[in-house]
Amino acid sequence: MVAIRQAIDTNTEEFLTFTLGTETYGIEILKVQEIRSFEPATKIANTPDFIKGVINLRGNIVPILDLRIRFKLAEVAYNDFTVVIILNLDQRTIGIVVDSVSDVLALNPDQISPVPDLVASIDTKYLLGLATKDEQMLILLNIEQLMSSQEMALVDASDNATQ
Amino acid sequence: MAIDLSQFYQVFFEESKEHLQAFEQLLLNINVKNPDDNQLNAIFRAAHSIKGGSATFGFSDITAVTHVLESLLDKLRKKELVLQTEMIDVCLQTADVIKAQLQGHVDGQPANASIADAVSKKLMLFNGQAVSQNSNASNTELDDGFGFFDHAVTADNKTNQDDDFGLFEPLAIANKPKINKPAKPEKIAENRRAAKAMDRRSSDRLATDGIAENSSIRVDVGKVDQLINLIGELVITEAMLMQSLSDLPANILENMSTSISQLTRNTRDLQEAIMSVRMMPISNLFVRFPRLVRDLAGQLKKEVQLITLGEETELDKVLIEKIADPLTHLIRNSLDHGIESPKQRKALGKPEGGTIILSAMHQGGNIMIEVADDGVGLNSALIIEKAKQRGIAIPSSITDDSLWEIICQPGFSTAKNVTDISGRGVGMDVVNRNITEMGGQIQVMSNAGKGCTFSIQLPLTLAIVDGMIVSLGENLYVIPLNAIIETIQPQLDQLKSMTGGGNMVLTRDEYIPIIAMHLAFNTPTQITDLCKGMLVIVESHGKKAALFLDDLVGQQQVVIKNLETNFRKVNGISAATILGSGKVALIIDVPAMIKIGQNISAQTKTPVAASLHAAHGY
Repeated sequence: MVAIRQAIDTNTEEFLTFTLGTETYGIEILKVQEIRSFEPATKIANTPDFIKGVINLRGNIVPILDLRIRFKLAEVAYNDFTVVIILNLDQRTIGIVVDSVSDVLALNPDQISPVPDLVASIDTKYLLGLATKDEQMLILLNIEQLMSSQEMALVDASDNATQ
Repeated sequence: MAIDLSQFYQVFFEESKEHLQAFEQLLLNINVKNPDDNQLNAIFRAAHSIKGGSATFGFSDITAVTHVLESLLDKLRKKELVLQTEMIDVCLQTADVIKAQLQGHVDGQPANASIADAVSKKLMLFNGQAVSQNSNASNTELDDGFGFFDHAVTADNKTNQDDDFGLFEPLAIANKPKINKPAKPEKIAENRRAAKAMDRRSSDRLATDGIAENSSIRVDVGKVDQLINLIGELVITEAMLMQSLSDLPANILENMSTSISQLTRNTRDLQEAIMSVRMMPISNLFVRFPRLVRDLAGQLKKEVQLITLGEETELDKVLIEKIADPLTHLIRNSLDHGIESPKQRKALGKPEGGTIILSAMHQGGNIMIEVADDGVGLNSALIIEKAKQRGIAIPSSITDDSLWEIICQPGFSTAKNVTDISGRGVGMDVVNRNITEMGGQIQVMSNAGKGCTFSIQLPLTLAIVDGMIVSLGENLYVIPLNAIIETIQPQLDQLKSMTGGGNMVLTRDEYIPIIAMHLAFNTPTQITDLCKGMLVIVESHGKKAALFLDDLVGQQQVVIKNLETNFRKVNGISAATILGSGKVALIIDVPAMIKIGQNISAQTKTPVAASLHAAHGY
């Protein structure tokens, strides 16, 4: 009995789920620092439109990305319910804007299925897998990979040299 | 010449440890099948920095190993060799050897030379025949001789602590002759005598040190940094208070404003006091160089005199540490490439001995450090030829600045032979990058045949800057005050539209190009008429530009927050700060802006010039 529980404990991972348009996504909860309501950010010149700018997070300068714009969702509104998930990735703190945060789910590897090649807006290499929640598809993002990719415009070539 | 390098050993050990760590990490992360150029360059630079440092301090056993290591890495970098997993293994072993050697010097018990030889041989196997046996042979010689003497040197250091100015000399001289076998009796005797003399003198010194010790304390730099951070927060809070003052009713306002202006004064005093804790005279750094120059000059068979000026100039300790490597590079470069051999100099009618002048001075809110030599100057023909070979774009008009830009390309070198000293083409790009990272600038003035001067301009501190807050559209920006010459609201007759594109403003009998910030930053704003906004005239590298903005908001000290910690470098922006309102404002990178301005000047023509034409009634 104890052995079984240990096995579960070591294998299950918790995911924070959020929605972007009609789709539900999940990210590893250990990467999440906090969840905040959206506040206007200071725009940075000549950056892609999905980079909303930078905010002051208790003295730290933190960039904010709107994943809804990045994934080309039709409707992008900023209201009291718009949520920013602050992520802690490999020494970087960044915020992502999503429609809403739904739940924390514990999944074990059996529940995660591999990704077919046809998920539209995101390259499959940024996905950990798919899962099902309340008969709805849950897309598990490899947020670390996604955010350090060139397409997110968060890193530039010279960064690689200095790190 | 009384130089005491031992007080910097600690810094070198720490720096080298960091470099080694980076070196290992990079090696471990590299993709063997498809190595990234940037990573290869970074690995090479780490090894190169260790070599440079060890040569400066005379730890020749480390220099010997890193030189072989570097040769291999250089070939990898230039794609002359293909990276193999075995190479990484050997490189990591080499890192371990260097670590052991470093530890050896820390403990005063030099590492066994045989392990260094073993890895050197392994490295050379990969390197092919290029590195011949003779360098191997000389390595061992050096190792033996120096290994022994370093022992003695470090042992003496322990008794003397830091303050053995002038005491070091006898040993340094005793070290000079290269000897093959460590156990030459007369040398040992000489050393013993010297050591005895030092012991005696150092005990005298200790007595006087006892008094001095009471008036100073050693504090961990981390604690001072924490104080500076806290002061930064205090400055922000104070700005917040100032901002909310205006909302108060008149009777309270009066009392409050007197006490807040008192607070402002106190904060500023406190800040200056804490900053001064971190300030150190640059002599701490300059004292490292005479030895370097002497050794190198001896090696190159050149006669060189080093003159240092302005050693009492104070700057931030962090900056002193960071500027050390770039300065070392520049001085090595001047010695190797700048100063000619005595024969050549005689033929040119110059004194046989060359001179390198190293100077530091305050200039406004900045510090200027110059390395000037009376050598050949930059060989523009050779530089351009090499640039063509490497496929680097060459600007139509060749100025010192454009030559400098070419020199700063990674891997660029005009040296015919790769030597222990320089010529590999690392260096200048690193120098430039390091200095830019510090918020400084480097300029070169070359006078063909007469000499070359490198001027480094650095801010006094990295933590806080006096800034002018300006508005553009709905955003606020900060322009460092020391870059601003003046701000004007131009009259129509001061504005000139250029046929080639762009606008100029005539002020104080000078035409200055206008950079429309709303176009450069692609920000919508109401004010596009040049006469309705503000022109902030800024200067960098001797070039001026007028930044066209909506309005001036005020002058304030701002705490510099790095934008790259969580984001990346943004062209035209040097850093960010937090204003009194708690909002983030971006700090404008003036040198970059002037560069951007040159590129977009053609585009600025349409809208701004249109308003100019409209105003003229065209």
